Amino acid sequence: MSRTFLGMPPFPKAAEAAVADAQLRHNLHRATRTIRRTRGRAVAEVDDWEALRAAGAAIKDRTLRHLDRYLEQLEEAVTAAGGHVHWAVDAAEANAVVTELVRATGHREVVKVKSMATQEIGLNEALAEAGITAYETDLAELIVQLAEDRPSHILVPAIHRNRAEIREIFLRAMADWGRPAPADLTDDPRALAEAARRHLRERFLTAKVAVSGANFAVAETGTLVVLESEGNGRMCLTLPETLISVVGIEKLVPTWRDLEVFLRLLPRSSTGERMNPYTSMWTGVAPGDGPREFHLVLLDNGRTDVLADAVGRQTLRCIRCSACLNVCPVYERAGGHAYGSVYPGPIGAILTPQLRGTASEADAALPYASSLCGACFEVCPVAIDIPEVLVHLRERVVEQGGRPGERALLAAASWTLGDERRLAWAQRAAGAVRSLVPRRLPLGPAAAWTDTRDLPEIPAEPFRDWWARREKEDGR
Amino acid sequence: MRIALFVTCVNDTLFPRTGQAVVRLLERLGHEVVFPAGQTCCGQMHYNTGYRRDAQRLAVRFVETFADHDVVLAPSGSCAAMVRDNYPRLAPAGSRLGRAAAEVAPRVLDLSELLVDVLGVTDVGAYFPHRVAYHPTCHGMRLLGLGDRPLRLLRAVRGLELVELPDAEECCGFGGTFAVKNPAVSAAMGWDKARNAAATGAEVLCAVDNSCLMHIGGVLRRQRSGMRVMHLAEILASTEKEAVR
Ligand code: SF4
Repeated sequence: MSRTFLGMPPFPKAAEAAVADAQLRHNLHRATRTIRRTRGRAVAEVDDWEALRAAGAAIKDRTLRHLDRYLEQLEEAVTAAGGHVHWAVDAAEANAVVTELVRATGHREVVKVKSMATQEIGLNEALAEAGITAYETDLAELIVQLAEDRPSHILVPAIHRNRAEIREIFLRAMADWGRPAPADLTDDPRALAEAARRHLRERFLTAKVAVSGANFAVAETGTLVVLESEGNGRMCLTLPETLISVVGIEKLVPTWRDLEVFLRLLPRSSTGERMNPYTSMWTGVAPGDGPREFHLVLLDNGRTDVLADAVGRQTLRCIRCSACLNVCPVYERAGGHAYGSVYPGPIGAILTPQLRGTASEADAALPYASSLCGACFEVCPVAIDIPEVLVHLRERVVEQGGRPGERALLAAASWTLGDERRLAWAQRAAGAVRSLVPRRLPLGPAAAWTDTRDLPEIPAEPFRDWWARREKEDGR
Repeated sequence: MRIALFVTCVNDTLFPRTGQAVVRLLERLGHEVVFPAGQTCCGQMHYNTGYRRDAQRLAVRFVETFADHDVVLAPSGSCAAMVRDNYPRLAPAGSRLGRAAAEVAPRVLDLSELLVDVLGVTDVGAYFPHRVAYHPTCHGMRLLGLGDRPLRLLRAVRGLELVELPDAEECCGFGGTFAVKNPAVSAAMGWDKARNAAATGAEVLCAVDNSCLMHIGGVLRRQRSGMRVMHLAEILASTEKEAVR
């Protein structure tokens, strides 16, 4: 995954810093609340939303069950339409393929359509090493790129920035990348969009090579589909001579008809719109219309491992709508960077540890970055039971060992709770020292609690003793 | 009706008042409460933290303890949800635990389900002359689907003024071991919940889960707020004669 996230502290630590950042908290609070409301309205309009959601989940499950077959079908269809298909097992392979393809065109600049897959593999950095400059053309991605920042949201990568910050970034950095921002730029959203438009327009008109991802790939027809709001994606997809699309193998849908379900689910879940402004679809190459050369790079990068896991598999249904991020109370406070991956929020907490494994401390902390409140599952348009997968991954983390302190505490709890006499004994022992427990405790989990919250008072008599006394007094 | 009380380990150890209130309330309504002595814990903490085998052992104990009871009351939304929602997942398909869990799980109810659905009452004859805000806990709301049952019960309490909690459906940030594994985020969520609760001007914040209330109450006490937290059972148990503290 993108190297820019390497060296991030594990979630609890990174989140602590984010929680303390008042500006960030404010930006995220406002942005997520707004989009949450819009989504809620857009979804409430659809009478058969639950049926649609079930259909989305069922189509994806069917695709994943027969993924091998559909992938071959896609390859055949794309090839028949004049495209070239490449297979990449991991990030390094995918990067090498794309780099080679760009080199072969003789050009050293590419324009990019917003794409999670290329961020996952760190394509921009790999291209840079080969002396090729990748220009992000999605407005929010552009902001992130100009600021040398990292994305913090799937749909709105610069959600952690407000207008004033964006203005500063444009004034400071646009000139280094091309057409500078006007000196009198204000933080009015229209002025900012206009500055970006002028800056990007030059790129589109000169670029000969484009790199994209795709929201969907239709196996039956070999058609790739990109949904977007700005129209910048369509510029990239139609103006250059060569188009290279890097697509995760889970992005397939079997037939053209299946698309209907997702074209309804995705915009409402993601931007809260009935229909997104631009839906671009292309099938191979068409003489005299659009790119003359089309390459499809199909990316595994850990996905087949996810597929092999009966509980984790549902993660691959994800259509990257970001609804789960927008409703997540943890994401809202911790921000996207704390997840140490291009996939933040609830989906990141289950996807990243499956793609990267849970060996590192940072990746092992991700399944625990949730209070299991279930708001994500409730909104997910393809009904991924995120809390179920989180717990499943926690079990994986526990199985791999380590963390002796936690293990000892939970083992002690397990022993005490394993028998009612032991529990009763522990309750009385706690009752005996009840007046001695201080308001703040110095160490470990006790300190983690009492730094911000008081402990409850330990009662003089636990319930079971009260009950036994009552039974005796009643002579029962 | 004969109702088996699964008081839950948290209530048993830290909030016996809730268990006592449940007993008082149900006996007042003319029902018999039994307390199977072998009970300890549903295994929720171990399950949610990833300690599956420990959770399985506790689940076995639970289903054995309650196998012979027709109705099991768990005055904690998340514990009832643990049994109903997660026991089937915890048990290997076709195992003894799996079969036993399938038998017992549907009979485990939260207090508001027991009262409204099984006993068919919303007015339990309670008197509680205070301003109350209700926090729908996540597992009660999303896993059990309690809906407006607790609110209907509260609305029928004489003297009680029910006020609306802003952002009521947002998690309080407790989340079991989440509260200590991610203390900064947990506390930030708790403080926001406390702020919303304070904004209502209520004297009491009510919920169906004492673990969430322990967290929110801990924040309120740290803030020296005058607001108290109370389990639904304690409000429903209070009458003119025996006003709860
Ligand atoms: S997990 Fe579900 S809600 Fe989250 S981004 Fe994916 S599809 Fe959307």
